[in-house]
Amino acid sequence: MTLLSVENLSLAIHKTPILHGVSLTVDAGEIVAVTGESGSGKSMTALSVIGLLPDRMEAKGAIRLDGQDMLALPERNLCALRGNAVGMVFQEPMTALNPVRTIGDQVAETILVHKAMPPEQARARAREVLDRVGLPEERFPLTRYPHELSGGQRQRVVIAMAIALRPKLLIADEPTTALDVTTQAQILELLKGLVAEFGMGLLMITHDLAVVADLADRIVVMRHGEVVETGATRQVLAHMRHPYTRALFAASAHRVILPPAPPPEPLLRVENVVRDYRLPRTKLFAPPGHFRAVKGVSFTLNRGERLGLVGESGCGKSTLTRAILGLEPIQGGTITLDGDPVLSGNTPRREVRRKMQVVFQDPFGSFNPRHRVDRLITEPFHLLDTPPTGSERTRAIDKALTDVGLSPADAGKFIHEFSGGQRQRIAIARALITRPQLILFDEAVSALDVSVRAQILDLLADLCKAYVLTYLFISHDLSVVRTITDRVLVMKSGEIVEQGETEAVFSSPQHPYTQSLIDAAPVLPDREALLAELPA
Amino acid sequence: MLRYSLKRLLSLLISLAVASVVIFLVIEVAPGDPAAIMLGINAQPDTLASLRAELGLDVPKWERYLNWVGGMVQGDFGTSYTYRTPVADMIAARMQVSLPLALYALTLSTLIAFPAGIYAAARRGRGGDMAVMGATQLGVAVPNFWFAMMLVLLFAINLRWFGAGGFPGWDKGLWAGLHALTLPAIALALPQAAILARVMRSALIDILGEDFMRTARAKGLTRRQALWRHGVRNALIPVLTIIGLQFSFLLAGSIIIEQVFYLPGLGRLVFQAISARDLIVVESVVMLLVFAVITVNFLVDIAYALVDPRLRSRT
Repeated sequence: MTLLSVENLSLAIHKTPILHGVSLTVDAGEIVAVTGESGSGKSMTALSVIGLLPDRMEAKGAIRLDGQDMLALPERNLCALRGNAVGMVFQEPMTALNPVRTIGDQVAETILVHKAMPPEQARARAREVLDRVGLPEERFPLTRYPHELSGGQRQRVVIAMAIALRPKLLIADEPTTALDVTTQAQILELLKGLVAEFGMGLLMITHDLAVVADLADRIVVMRHGEVVETGATRQVLAHMRHPYTRALFAASAHRVILPPAPPPEPLLRVENVVRDYRLPRTKLFAPPGHFRAVKGVSFTLNRGERLGLVGESGCGKSTLTRAILGLEPIQGGTITLDGDPVLSGNTPRREVRRKMQVVFQDPFGSFNPRHRVDRLITEPFHLLDTPPTGSERTRAIDKALTDVGLSPADAGKFIHEFSGGQRQRIAIARALITRPQLILFDEAVSALDVSVRAQILDLLADLCKAYVLTYLFISHDLSVVRTITDRVLVMKSGEIVEQGETEAVFSSPQHPYTQSLIDAAPVLPDREALLAELPA
Repeated sequence: MLRYSLKRLLSLLISLAVASVVIFLVIEVAPGDPAAIMLGINAQPDTLASLRAELGLDVPKWERYLNWVGGMVQGDFGTSYTYRTPVADMIAARMQVSLPLALYALTLSTLIAFPAGIYAAARRGRGGDMAVMGATQLGVAVPNFWFAMMLVLLFAINLRWFGAGGFPGWDKGLWAGLHALTLPAIALALPQAAILARVMRSALIDILGEDFMRTARAKGLTRRQALWRHGVRNALIPVLTIIGLQFSFLLAGSIIIEQVFYLPGLGRLVFQAISARDLIVVESVVMLLVFAVITVNFLVDIAYALVDPRLRSRT
């Protein structure tokens, strides 16, 4: 039975079209995934179904829930449907809950605002739903506040709020994108279970094809506000009739070929590094406690080697990265680059520090918007004793920009004139310009769309061929680390629990934690097998 | 929560101790001789000597400091040199005007600012918002004594609803007192309300863009319900900060308004004491104001914790 049918939906804001003629259906008990890259209109589709489009957005077409056209309903009736017949789960669990109200209040509010039950019963139902989403009373009483919960736990609270009244349709907009892989697997499992138990329809928005393949009954592929392909998930993935679907799949599964690493010769040595954070005092005169974020970590990175560092949030990988860069004081151990210690006391030594550069995750936040590209990418020159000037400087800028696939003419532009992928190229140019011996990539491709990510990974492989690049690639994304590194370190609770050749670690993980990480990571299905099973 | 409160209390006591030392040093120690300052350059040597004895300047500095602080703790602020009455009595009399006036003005300002700010935020960019913002712009720009004179002109001289100034004292009854303080309180409250309304509006507009507001709407709350149930309390933190600052200002900063309305308040006392070089009064009133400001900040800190559970658990 068709629960939701979006018919020929078009959206425009100030005459700029956002969606053109989008049609899709969701049946009761069915999971439909809408996938596509940023700007494809997948989130706008979700928001229009729950009637929460930004103001001044004009919608044409029809959105029928149980036959009733929601676009024709006045706001008052939409409020009665939201939370009651349609529930929604959002991407960012850390900010999706009101920080000053208890989780019990917030879950019960869904019930109370629809006057579905008297307050006592509403609280009992809130308790029941929280139990159902995996937050048992002993550890998660109704009086907890959001800040006392982790990201995954908060997402469970958001799900509890959305399903408290057993809606017929649940919309989930990138519900696991901000979560670690093992948490992601649990949340996806929970959503799947809820759909089966309540017979809800689930409209799931995600950019991650591997998640889609695992979860969805049907799939809708969107690009530039249009549906390019739709059908049963396995059929679509087996045949991929539209070139964009093929491109998306290829980019998601993209592998690069790295040139062989030169013979091992140690460049970066990290020995027994310890990083303690002071905790606030619990008693006035008692000594303050410590939290050990990095617990005596040791590893060696050889010249020309591409090393990966994986682990979930809070495992200490960012702290370790900052410590290598000399941005974080360490309480024990040594870090040396080319035999020279990075720190003298607690300050980084300039002559060592200039031999390394870093590329961060956020291509939008890591540049000063008021500086032009030439100034941005020459920033590392301040580490040099005699920075190049005049035509020498111009040559360096031109070379760095050409190396990363941009043109010398881009030097005079401002950062807002570039796309996310181009900005990340600029960040790489900035890291390359001083020809450092070591580059750290801290989640450098995590915020990018898959097709852009594939291009940046290719760029890195090309740069490895052109220059002998040595890098440490920090990421939570196992598939990326698998293709772009020679060796990998797995970090958990401040310790390296496993290390080895990347392929060996991924194909036969030894430590149970590595195994659980690899098991939890969603994988793209094998197309050959699908094709054999579902011939055209 | 208890731990948090105790910590704030401790910080309050430390601030008071530091402030008392600073005030003592500035006024009594550096530079020169307080008795000479009080008497002026033409003082006779024997008057100077007797004043020095009266002020206790002939004992060591640390002993003077302890005497001063010890006296204040017991409610003895010394004797005014110009009026020859205990400073404590003078301050108490003035506080009877200044404290109710400050509270009255603050209440009015909050009563005006909250609805105006919330209304403007809810209608951001539309006519109502523009009107409120225009009015607050005026309220911030126009000095309060001008409001005061206009109020006197309209309500005291033309309509004759209120007196043009003066204070009958609380022994004439609560109503008579409040009646006399109404015009000054309005004059003080208007500019404060304008600032507070702008703070409320911008805090609320920030909150309206938060993810949890969208979550609230997805639960089926109307815009208005989401604003009241999830927006306002979150917007209170910056608003409380401003309220705290405003109260401190109202307590002592109302000197011009006191002047316009002939009110015997603290502001005028300080002014008169400074003009008369009555250092004993100045010193005591300044200490009292510091005490008031620090106490208000303490109360604001406690209010933060009541509003925001994250502060409560941070101990």
